[in-house]
Amino acid sequence: MKAVLFSKKPFNFTALGSQGILLVLIVGLLLTVLIALMQGSVQLNANEVWQSLLHTGDPTHQIIIWELRLPRIIAALIVGAALGLSGALLQGMLRNGLAEPYLLGVSAGAGLVAIILITLGIWQTWVPLASWLGAVVAACVVYSLGHTPTGVSVERLILGGVAVSFLLFAIQTVFLLFAEDGQVQAALIWLTGSLNGRGWGEIIMVMPYLSVALFAGCLLGRSLNILTLGDEIAVSLGISLGRSRLYITIVATLLTAGAVSVAGLIGFVGLLIPNGVRLLVGSDYRWVLPLSALGGAWMLTFADLLARIGPVELPVGAVTAILGAPLFITLLHRQGKHSAHH
Amino acid sequence: MSLEASQLKGGYRDRPIIKNLNLQIRSGEWLSLVGANGSGKSTLLKLLCRILPTSQGRVLLNGKAIHTQPTHEVARQLAMLPQQSPIPAGLTVQQFVSWGRTPHQPWWQWSLDAAGQKQVDLAIAQTQLQNYRDRPLERLSGGERQRAFLALALAQAPQVLLLDEPTTYLDLRYQLELLELLKQLKQHQGLTLVTVLHDINLAARYSDRIAMLCEGHLWAVGTPAEVLTPANLRQVFAIEATPIQTPIGLQICALGATPNSRASPDVLATNPHP
Repeated sequence: MKAVLFSKKPFNFTALGSQGILLVLIVGLLLTVLIALMQGSVQLNANEVWQSLLHTGDPTHQIIIWELRLPRIIAALIVGAALGLSGALLQGMLRNGLAEPYLLGVSAGAGLVAIILITLGIWQTWVPLASWLGAVVAACVVYSLGHTPTGVSVERLILGGVAVSFLLFAIQTVFLLFAEDGQVQAALIWLTGSLNGRGWGEIIMVMPYLSVALFAGCLLGRSLNILTLGDEIAVSLGISLGRSRLYITIVATLLTAGAVSVAGLIGFVGLLIPNGVRLLVGSDYRWVLPLSALGGAWMLTFADLLARIGPVELPVGAVTAILGAPLFITLLHRQGKHSAHH
Repeated sequence: MSLEASQLKGGYRDRPIIKNLNLQIRSGEWLSLVGANGSGKSTLLKLLCRILPTSQGRVLLNGKAIHTQPTHEVARQLAMLPQQSPIPAGLTVQQFVSWGRTPHQPWWQWSLDAAGQKQVDLAIAQTQLQNYRDRPLERLSGGERQRAFLALALAQAPQVLLLDEPTTYLDLRYQLELLELLKQLKQHQGLTLVTVLHDINLAARYSDRIAMLCEGHLWAVGTPAEVLTPANLRQVFAIEATPIQTPIGLQICALGATPNSRASPDVLATNPHP
């Protein structure tokens, strides 16, 4: 262990294997959750956290843990897991590492509806549900654009997603331009994604169905594996292209829409995490899917911790982008060097 | 295990390529589809394994239409290797070949059962990839990679195997190695083979029967000696050629292109083998 820690070569995580990575992720996630429970404007030690979790000790601490930090952390966990898994599903199905949860018009649809409600100042409490609906409707439109008589075409899905997104973003921009300053700021925070003030209400609303979607998504690994071998081999191996693509799209859309309705548009988690996981464990989606969910949960919990411990609280989406972009560039660089060796 | 095309018509949406074709593939035989570029060989192969939908007619596997059967049931009996396929990064030969068991596994099964593992081991042994089990696919040579794809199809334990130009990206030695391997699989396991082959001499050497296609029609079908006649070669390939008996069987010696080009529709009307 010492030799590994102090050797000059970077530690080779791929040597850990899928089970090893799983273990690292679980331990890292638990540690991050513990730190997130301890840190904040009121610092608690591990013992105080434990006591508060057991509903004993200082009542103020109990309120801080149970009403503020714990729901927010759980929101970060499920939103991160949903985004990570959704990104992995779409990257596998579209055979494209640049695919991300918002590719199928989900962000544009959700964004447009949320911005309309926020800038017009109406039905604010309905923003989560309305943005969920906007996401699902936009994804349905993109999916129908990708559909041809011979099945769903990957290229058409991507192009349809781009076209629909551009249109909806343009309308969204118009609404932002005509809004008042305070509303623009609220809208921008929603568009960047934030977990500030998320409580048990939001969690109870999305938890049941997101748990089902997370579980169902992880079961799609074997079909995804076969789909990465190309349409012809997939058919030869007895995979129904239309049906499996429909299931994957439905699960990915429900995951993303749920995440968006809780936290707004948090970027980079769904793009970065599946790419990182594939670099570590290879292309076996039976592992990539659950590990992407875990990795997404970890990244968002960590980013949210960073977002709220500074002097000014940042929207967590800004932190994931600031953290994520350089990480992504590093991964690309490493991948480039890796492929240059062969 | 028989495969049969009956009054088959199909192709791409706006362009039917195969027009009313009847063909019977017998159990345990090696049938090669030959024809000029654009004659519909690959399209026919894709129709025969339900990658393309038919617009008319049926493909029957053991008397049952394959386009209307549950796809995983067809996959237990029939496998197809395309000309080229994407390779996922970081996938080892062992993992890759084990995916060939997909149609035999229930959806909830995470990893292979003992029988499945045995079939995977057999497929790896038959394609002589034992020493490459843990190697990522992208680090295999062209010939080794083609063997890995064949191992994937063999792990599927099909009775009929369709191959679209399996020798295209291989040099001469790997071409012969691959075709010899297929011949052994046919002889020892009774595998029925349907191949699209560009190289007419390889088709003549390895096939039991040859089906010659011309503009979406079946021009001639029979043993290599029956089909690869100077007249057929002239009308389908527009070449002047002489069949020669050699120690490895019938081979075609192409002399040159026929001056007045390919078969025209009027020639098709006088097709000697309807």
